[in-house]
Amino acid sequence: MADPFLSIQHVRKSFGATTVVEDFNLDVERGEFVSFLGPSGCGKTTVLRMVAGFEEPSAGKIVVGGKDITRLKPNQRNVGMVFQAYALFPNLTVAQNIGFGLKVAGMSKADIDVRVAEMLGIIKLPQMADRYPYQLSGGQQQRIALARAIAPKPKLLLLDEPLSALDAKVRVSLREEIRSIQKKLGITTIFVTHDQEEALSISDRIAVMYGGKAEQVGTPFEIYNRPATKFVANFVGTLNVLEGTVTDAASGKVRVNSEEVLLKGKLNGSKSGDTLSLALRPEAISLGRQPGRDSSLSGEISEVHFLGSVIRVRVGIGGNTVSLDTFNSPATPPPAVGEKAEISFSSSDMLVLH
Amino acid sequence: MKAGRFWSWVVFALGAAYFFIPLIATVEFSMRMRRGVYSFDAYKVVLGDARFQATFGYSVLAAIFTIILGVLIVVPAAYWIRLRLPQLRPVVEFITLLPLVIPAIVIVFGYIRMYGSNSPLPFLATDTGTNALLVIGYATLALPYMYRAVDTGLRTIDVRTLTEAAQILGAGWGTIITRVILPNVLIAVLSGAFLTFAIVIGEFTMASLLNRPAFGPYLQNIGANRAYEPAALAIIAFAITWGCMSLIQILSRFAPKSANRPN
Repeated sequence: MADPFLSIQHVRKSFGATTVVEDFNLDVERGEFVSFLGPSGCGKTTVLRMVAGFEEPSAGKIVVGGKDITRLKPNQRNVGMVFQAYALFPNLTVAQNIGFGLKVAGMSKADIDVRVAEMLGIIKLPQMADRYPYQLSGGQQQRIALARAIAPKPKLLLLDEPLSALDAKVRVSLREEIRSIQKKLGITTIFVTHDQEEALSISDRIAVMYGGKAEQVGTPFEIYNRPATKFVANFVGTLNVLEGTVTDAASGKVRVNSEEVLLKGKLNGSKSGDTLSLALRPEAISLGRQPGRDSSLSGEISEVHFLGSVIRVRVGIGGNTVSLDTFNSPATPPPAVGEKAEISFSSSDMLVLH
Repeated sequence: MKAGRFWSWVVFALGAAYFFIPLIATVEFSMRMRRGVYSFDAYKVVLGDARFQATFGYSVLAAIFTIILGVLIVVPAAYWIRLRLPQLRPVVEFITLLPLVIPAIVIVFGYIRMYGSNSPLPFLATDTGTNALLVIGYATLALPYMYRAVDTGLRTIDVRTLTEAAQILGAGWGTIITRVILPNVLIAVLSGAFLTFAIVIGEFTMASLLNRPAFGPYLQNIGANRAYEPAALAIIAFAITWGCMSLIQILSRFAPKSANRPN
């Protein structure tokens, strides 16, 4: 990345003796949509609040458009932000809420009216201008909050878990709308979420955070399919973890239970006799031997959950348990608990966790 | 169930009688100034008395200044404590309760020692200085009510998030307080203001000891020397207090409805 629009450099944040963000680095391109994904307490909101100016970094700097904004006050940064709790001003109408930032900036009333109407059009709520926040649903309030944030044409849009307070259906439609508006306006956006599906579905890149650090930064495809650490592999998506022992490091042979799996080029300097954690996504596993799958393991079915279109099967393999999903077929009854079963997979789909 | 309801009404009737009988008796007595018939003569005398108009006007003015001073001190203080210093809330609440346990006479004697005409700061040597000290004293007396009213108002809004939302939109502290926080706690501020008004209108100790021509000392003076007028004055003072309480109730209906919390 030659010239990042937003650059977070070696940022650290401590509250007293507790360090919540440690040596956080991230470069974001202009117009990019980057999500901070992680569990509660991982520091993602703290980083966002440092970019907004609500928290001052203990060390490091934040640069936007080539300008160091680390010590600037929030009202001097020209950054838009949408909060989890909407934060609409209850005493102001929708139009006044959207026009608040414009009025503060000293824009004329005529210009404010034009911009507010434009914003209401973008969020598809043109008839709501005179309503008060309490007269709107959660989804509508969050749309207004988004319009209010982007009305002053900020350099950067920060979204702090904006969908967390909404019901499932509204979340999906609103996240698509946020992405579409973001693409249309080309505004550089940081989105904080603990919901991996949200992050995977709308981001250009994701920074998976844990313990105040970015564990991995990459595209959703990379994060899901090539997790760099054990935490990322476990946190993003469902993962089956199997313990294996390297039997022949040179040829990439690993023993799982009593069977051998060939993991060429994936052992990364492991020696024969080393114990490894191997991971497989449920969708990479089939029940029974399937053509094109070069590896298989034998076990016994321990659980069967009928979920309608999908049947979730858990297979015990030695001391490990593997979950896999198969499509329901009306002609084939689901497997029974206690049956001997063989699972097959491609060794190329197997991840070695470090 | 029916017996329970009956006894509820009995208790209610007893309570109402305890409250209303003295009030009705006072009203009745206040209307007996003219021998043999009921009349509003006592009210006419009171309302037509130049001292009533002067003292009542003085106390109203003192109340207005007290309210302004109270709002200027309490709103920013309560806001800042909620926003940045929540750990100080118990301490501040304790301090605001002190005027309820420390008699007003202590403040007045403190004033006399600190600001008497022989002291290095002789504020009590002039009328303006004494009036200013009286208003400050009244603001202290009203502090428990004003602080609680404003703090309750602030509790109904998400102070921190609203402040941050306004900040990120470019607003400075002045804009945040005047256009975001104050309008959303205005009803609470008005509640505090009316309570302050009611306290100041009837206050006797400070005004009397500082020798100010306020309504409280006038009430006492009339009560000690006349028969029917004190009853009329008591009813007038009662009506003013109830009027203030009614205004709080009416205004609270216009409070901005909070929509800050997620559904």
